[in-house]
Amino acid sequence: MSPTRTMTINMGPQHPSTHGVLRLVLELDGEMVVKCTPHIGYLHTGIEKGLEGKRFQQGIPLTDRMDYLAPLSNNLVLVLAIEKALGITPPERGQTIRVLLTELTRIKSHLVWLGTHAMDIGAMSVFLYCFREREVILDLYEAVSGQRMMASYFRVGGLAADLPPGFEDKVQAFLETFPARLQEYEALLTENPLWRQRTVGIGAISREDAIAMGLSGPGLRACGVAYDVRKAHPYSSYERYQFDVPLGKVGDVYDRYMVRMAEMRQSHRIATQALARLTPGPINVADPKLIPPPKQLLKKSMEALIHHFKLYSEGFEVPVGEVYQAIEAPKGELGAYLVSDGGTRPYRVHFRAPSFVNLQAMPRMVEGRLVADVVAVIGSLDIVLGEIDR
Amino acid sequence: MSEPQTRTESREEAQATTESLVLRRLHEQFGQALLEVKVWRNETTVVLASQHLPQVCRFLRDDPDLAFDFLSDVTAVDRLNLPESSPRFEVVYHVYSLQHGRRLRLKVRVGEGQAVPTVTGVWPTADWHEREVYDLFGVSFEGHPDLRRILMPDDWEGHPLRKDYPAEASPKWWEEEPA
Repeated sequence: MSPTRTMTINMGPQHPSTHGVLRLVLELDGEMVVKCTPHIGYLHTGIEKGLEGKRFQQGIPLTDRMDYLAPLSNNLVLVLAIEKALGITPPERGQTIRVLLTELTRIKSHLVWLGTHAMDIGAMSVFLYCFREREVILDLYEAVSGQRMMASYFRVGGLAADLPPGFEDKVQAFLETFPARLQEYEALLTENPLWRQRTVGIGAISREDAIAMGLSGPGLRACGVAYDVRKAHPYSSYERYQFDVPLGKVGDVYDRYMVRMAEMRQSHRIATQALARLTPGPINVADPKLIPPPKQLLKKSMEALIHHFKLYSEGFEVPVGEVYQAIEAPKGELGAYLVSDGGTRPYRVHFRAPSFVNLQAMPRMVEGRLVADVVAVIGSLDIVLGEIDR
Repeated sequence: MSEPQTRTESREEAQATTESLVLRRLHEQFGQALLEVKVWRNETTVVLASQHLPQVCRFLRDDPDLAFDFLSDVTAVDRLNLPESSPRFEVVYHVYSLQHGRRLRLKVRVGEGQAVPTVTGVWPTADWHEREVYDLFGVSFEGHPDLRRILMPDDWEGHPLRKDYPAEASPKWWEEEPA
């Protein structure tokens, strides 16, 4: 008998279900995937190199472009790392607004995941509903920062500006309608036999393998590992919020779906608490070396003028040292490693991008399975190539 | 495994144990391999002699009191423009213990052209991280199963995150292109 011949095909980089410019080289035996080799780098923009040339505060807009579905989470990890190196913490109102907006960001990111994941598998209408809700959050982004997607709203030491008037009511209105909407999506998918056929038992990874491969976020929690950075190492006062960490059991595509759906409920819970905690107060640290003075003061106060000039012409210095700051981004553990040589620009910044690490585990999930499952697994990993390639 | 939210020790206590317990165990086992220990902003950094790296990593992962089972990240720093610039590269490992909630930073220093032993045998997730360091810094990893560029094209020249690599394209790159 002649040996079985396998066929090698390219999936991507221009393939609608690879969520950007991911290229997979699949070795197929009929419909069966024998070997899967991801090729990345098509979206490499040198963000880490770019940050080395920018002053600390200037680098924030670059981070928006990493995980462009969750820009504020990226802002947050960079400003937290710089704040850790400086040894400062923003005041309570600033932190609460950060929590409120990053949780809305998580919902926004998960909505795109749900819509595209469902569409890849063939459920077209979910996509339209998800984008309807996402639109509301984009409007909220626009209200705080003037930008719908690349908000760059967080600053070292606090925020770019306080919330605009009427913002709380808009968030309140969204939070009131969202649980019912979430129920609608679940009604479309959770018990749907077609959905279950395509997801239950597909792309499973064991708990040990998940840890060995460095999987984090919903992918790791779907295997039953209760690792959530917000609980394990709270930042921005997350320890003051009541929320659960949803877990799965077998770590298949369906479990990852269930974990993310439950996470949206928890994010809604946190956002509701954050909204209730919003009391008037300062949003920025009271340090004129870090935070520019109010514009009106420039005409009256010599110090304010000097501080303003120094801040925009030189920036501020960060003490010599290195820090690693991790946050729970929608995709998993997003880390920023910052090395400062005492100057006004970072000596080195590195991002531990969760999508980069999660994608690496993909061959283990699809090898030995059908080609159609590859699409389901990519969707369930919720990768963003902007973050993988940086 | 104990769940993070039910752990009783606070973050400060956990960090204090990292410093005492982890460092004590490392000193007992690998006294001569530890070149430097630093603590800054509650983060512990241990600089190792590179030839001992795989044994130390295996010990950190397998010792039940330490159980650093999760490798968060591997990256590197080109120290060319720092006051202390020799050896030139520092490869940085961020390891985490899911069970104990502790983080630890390991470092090895290597010069131009020297290889670092791979840790893919200890944490398989190191595979892509090490490829990224190889690609962007030109530091090679001995024993790595598949060491090739990952972000840059295969035929790329140079290693972009080195400090002597320009951040912007110089005009001469374009001049060489036929009009």
